[in-house]
Amino acid sequence: MKAPLNWLKDFVDIKTDIKEYINAMTMSGSKVEGIEDMGEGIEKVVVGKILEMEDHPNADRLKVCKVDVGSEVVQVVTGAPNVKTGDLIPLALVGAKLPGGEIKATTFRGVESYGMMCSVEELNLSRDYLPDAPEDGVYVFSEEIKPGTDVKEALDLDKVIEFEITSNRPDCLSIYGLARESAVALGVPLKKLEIRVKEEAGGSASDYASIEIENPGLCPRYSARIVTDVKIGPSPYWMQHRLAAAGMRPINNIVDITNYVMLELGQPMHAFDLSKIAGSKIIVRTAREGEVLITLDGQERKLDTDMLVIADSERPVGVAGVMGGENSGITDETRTLLLESANFNGTSIRITSKKLGIRSEASIRFEKGLDPEITVKALDRCAELIELLGAGKVVCGIVDCNMTRKRQDTIKLDADRVNALLGTDIPAEKMVDIFRALEFEVDPVTMMMKIPSFRSDIENVADLAEEVARFHDYNNIKPSLLSGKESMRGRKSCKQRMEDVIRNTMCACGMNEAYTFSFTSPKVFDSINLSQDHPLRNAVVISNPLGEDYSIMRTTTLPDMLRVLATNHSRKIETARLFELSYVYHPVDGQDLPEEKKLLTLGMYGEGCDFFELKGVVEELMAAMGIADYEFKPEREDPSFHPGRTASLLVKIPVPGVPDGTVLKKVGVLGEIHPEAAEKTECPERTYAAIFEVASLIHASTFARKFRPLPRFPAVPRDIAVVVRDEVYVADLIKAISKAAGDMLEDVSLFDVYKGSQVPEGMKSTAFALTFRSPDRTLKDEEVNKAMERILKSLEHQFEAKLR
Amino acid sequence: MKQQLESIRKEALNKLVTITDIGELDDFRVAYLGKKGELTRILKGMGALPPEERPLVGQLANEVRNALEAGIAEAKNRLVRAAREERIRRETLDVTMPGRAKKLGRKHPITIVLDEIKDIFLGMGYEIAEGPEIELDYYNFEALNIPKNHPARDTQDTFYITEEALLRTHTSPVQARYMKEHKPPIRIICPGRVYRSDAVDATHSPIFHQVEGLVIDKGITMGDLIGTLQVFAKGVFGEDTRIRLRPHHFNFTEPSAEVDVSCWGCGGTGCRICKGEGWVEILGAGMVHPNVLREGGVDPDVYSGFAFGLGIDRIAMGKFGIDDMRLLFENDIRFLRQF
Ligand SMILES: [Zn+2]
Repeated sequence: MKAPLNWLKDFVDIKTDIKEYINAMTMSGSKVEGIEDMGEGIEKVVVGKILEMEDHPNADRLKVCKVDVGSEVVQVVTGAPNVKTGDLIPLALVGAKLPGGEIKATTFRGVESYGMMCSVEELNLSRDYLPDAPEDGVYVFSEEIKPGTDVKEALDLDKVIEFEITSNRPDCLSIYGLARESAVALGVPLKKLEIRVKEEAGGSASDYASIEIENPGLCPRYSARIVTDVKIGPSPYWMQHRLAAAGMRPINNIVDITNYVMLELGQPMHAFDLSKIAGSKIIVRTAREGEVLITLDGQERKLDTDMLVIADSERPVGVAGVMGGENSGITDETRTLLLESANFNGTSIRITSKKLGIRSEASIRFEKGLDPEITVKALDRCAELIELLGAGKVVCGIVDCNMTRKRQDTIKLDADRVNALLGTDIPAEKMVDIFRALEFEVDPVTMMMKIPSFRSDIENVADLAEEVARFHDYNNIKPSLLSGKESMRGRKSCKQRMEDVIRNTMCACGMNEAYTFSFTSPKVFDSINLSQDHPLRNAVVISNPLGEDYSIMRTTTLPDMLRVLATNHSRKIETARLFELSYVYHPVDGQDLPEEKKLLTLGMYGEGCDFFELKGVVEELMAAMGIADYEFKPEREDPSFHPGRTASLLVKIPVPGVPDGTVLKKVGVLGEIHPEAAEKTECPERTYAAIFEVASLIHASTFARKFRPLPRFPAVPRDIAVVVRDEVYVADLIKAISKAAGDMLEDVSLFDVYKGSQVPEGMKSTAFALTFRSPDRTLKDEEVNKAMERILKSLEHQFEAKLR
Repeated sequence: MKQQLESIRKEALNKLVTITDIGELDDFRVAYLGKKGELTRILKGMGALPPEERPLVGQLANEVRNALEAGIAEAKNRLVRAAREERIRRETLDVTMPGRAKKLGRKHPITIVLDEIKDIFLGMGYEIAEGPEIELDYYNFEALNIPKNHPARDTQDTFYITEEALLRTHTSPVQARYMKEHKPPIRIICPGRVYRSDAVDATHSPIFHQVEGLVIDKGITMGDLIGTLQVFAKGVFGEDTRIRLRPHHFNFTEPSAEVDVSCWGCGGTGCRICKGEGWVEILGAGMVHPNVLREGGVDPDVYSGFAFGLGIDRIAMGKFGIDDMRLLFENDIRFLRQF
């Protein structure tokens, strides 16, 4: 809401420094968003009257003028094509400051000039502010103004303050409402608006027109006045300037008056040409099936049966609260007016204005819910201004159809509860002062207060506390820290701590954390090779997305990880290692909400990155999470991954009720991205990724650890190398070795795999380092030898292994 | 023989000082003290001496042996020291050369800020509550005193899935759910991802992250809210940080406030970050609206509470001086590794 300062000053004395005023308003809840000083940079520019005008002796296009500037007559040379003798123009005197610079006395082809006639642009004003300004040339005042008047005064160049008005305070979408807030904030009295209507036309409004409300739920009140002998013309400067400063274009006296009253009091008004209202009857009703209306902006609007319209006895003449119809609007020929001042249901107006795509100054106000008590006051103010401007004669009386339902209008001021909620010690008398200044009527004995009709936001003690607090200043409330409250345990849950473990482990393994969007394009499934009927294609669809690329909630994080890797790759970054902890969303039949599953996604390419690097990170994670029972199985079915270089991770998860209380569950995959997917996603040829279900990992994880004593007896190290067929898995060999060795085997690890000239085609040599140890004695060579024999026999038997 | 011994002593000790490496010293030992060494050879000839001279010569021979051994030990010491010094001199490094990179990964700046915020509130006895990102209209709006068709819904730019399901526009629904499941006293923060239909640019993102807090107990005051926010602001932005509350309107709180912190760029004198204001708006807060308490099954005549909410992304941007929101979701390694 833009409020010209001088308009505010009609209702409240603002004597403090503007900065202090702004601060007082912001800190009491009317946040100042900006301030525009229209006269900024303009000095010594006055109204001048051209007394004489002659051709320049040495230049065709220049004129030499004698200009009365009040105190003297100065000679000015001008090239303006649009001025003539007798015109009043803005004249920048010698020494004047304009946004474009300072004015000096100069000589044009031998003729001296002591000033410059100014155009709108030279005064740095907009054409909206001075709509009567010529396209080209100097601004000419069309009203009589005393020469010598400061142009800032003549053009009402004011400071305009822009307030942010919160949705609960439609009463502040008005100069008067803001003045009321200003008065309380500054601690000065509000100058009440006194309205006097002469009603010179006599008669009775109800003889001219009648009103019928069909939907009192959508229109609780409709009030109207009649004006005869209307003379359409421009409104005076002061009114035009105030409207323009507040952001509205001046149109003609009647429209300007209705807009002026809307800005001043917050009540939107509309003027109908009564001669165009069939049957002289206003009917407020919902639109009928198929009705259309051409609104004042010339657009044809299709109405639906939820929309409230203003109709006469035959047809709609306006969309209620949004915009009037062209068929009933005022024109230069209009002689009799019906002035509408109504109250409409905010929700209905909001929906209609949204459907029609019109957000007018009127609809913006109505949709917040206005005070039904103000309709008559606004009509009276309108009538007063019409009389003041001589724009018409006001008929006696008001046609008022008031079907307002009574609402809560009293509340008890419980000072103790207000203080208890705020943590303050504000005396009840001070609260009473605040509420009285806010125009509440307070009974000092019972502390019952009558809520002003424009404050429908006040319902309970919390609302009262806010009123008190904002004029007490929130920042004067003494800070406390839940003093006297029972202390509480603050702690992360096990799940939250385990997620921290995951993040920390990832970072320790050199993985950097990524954040990617949760919505994506349905096209991403193709890029990772998913078949057309793949279950992951079943996604939650956003009904109003920001575009196709962001139209579904993701069911897999792989495309996002690959996109991030590809972005880094395209920027010539040699190595990238990333992880993300984030959700995917799977629709669930018969449920409003989908299943949200948290995934851990890993991705890497570049130096040192291969399958076993990735697997190493996963193994480290298993150790950090305390997951001991897990295994990797070759995974050939996942279409996004290289079938020969991918494993699934299976972990043992406790499940009550099954034979040994656990199940081995697949919790994710890790491997090299399928070459086709890598190509489609523009990732490097060797790109590695992994995806795990976090909930399952956490389910299998534990913070419990048990100490094992450090070894006291020496270890006996042995190596064994066997040749086996290529297809034999190392994991199976290790399992067999462990089983055959028995308890003495402390550790077995693969240290070499060799294929080449000394090993037959289709075979590989695998070498293992074994460590034998007993916790309670030094092992004898013979024992270890026997174990080695058992191991070899077992490998020969199970895998046709040959000792190398 | 006596003369022989004396001359060996003299000759050997003179030779010893000229020895410059350990191998030479070994040879020297062998030459004099070895099985075939000179001293041994002389001692072997002792049998030929008259018996009365033997003790004297024997004593002298021992003295010579001891003198040589002591000399050898000393020379060894000297040589080892010299060798060590030589080695130290030889292997001196240019310590200004770069260290071998240990590539630890980094947490995302949003995680870093979130962890900091969690720490502050865990320390004040809060728990961390979580809830779904795809939420029922009821929890996102209605339970928070924002009925259907309320104008406040327009400002939230909601992504809808169906009439009833939407992408949560704030983490407040977690509070609404928590209230229904827990009795006061309640002290929680709810971090999480939220969605608003804003096009992506340098200062807007349709996806961002919030932390909201909720405290409900008997006798909670607005002073408690202010004190809590002070602790929070100092914790995140530094001990000198001041906060300022301005009255505002939110449907789920009353009284409501917008909260500014003194600018981290200039400390309050005005700079580019705060657009000359000296203050930066970072969060919204207020006393929980009685309707919200009631909807959560809490009696507003017995209990009161406060709630607050802030955007983590913007705080991370402010704290680290990140000037483009898109960087947070682009995940350029060179960006991520700065934190
Ligand atoms: Zn600053």
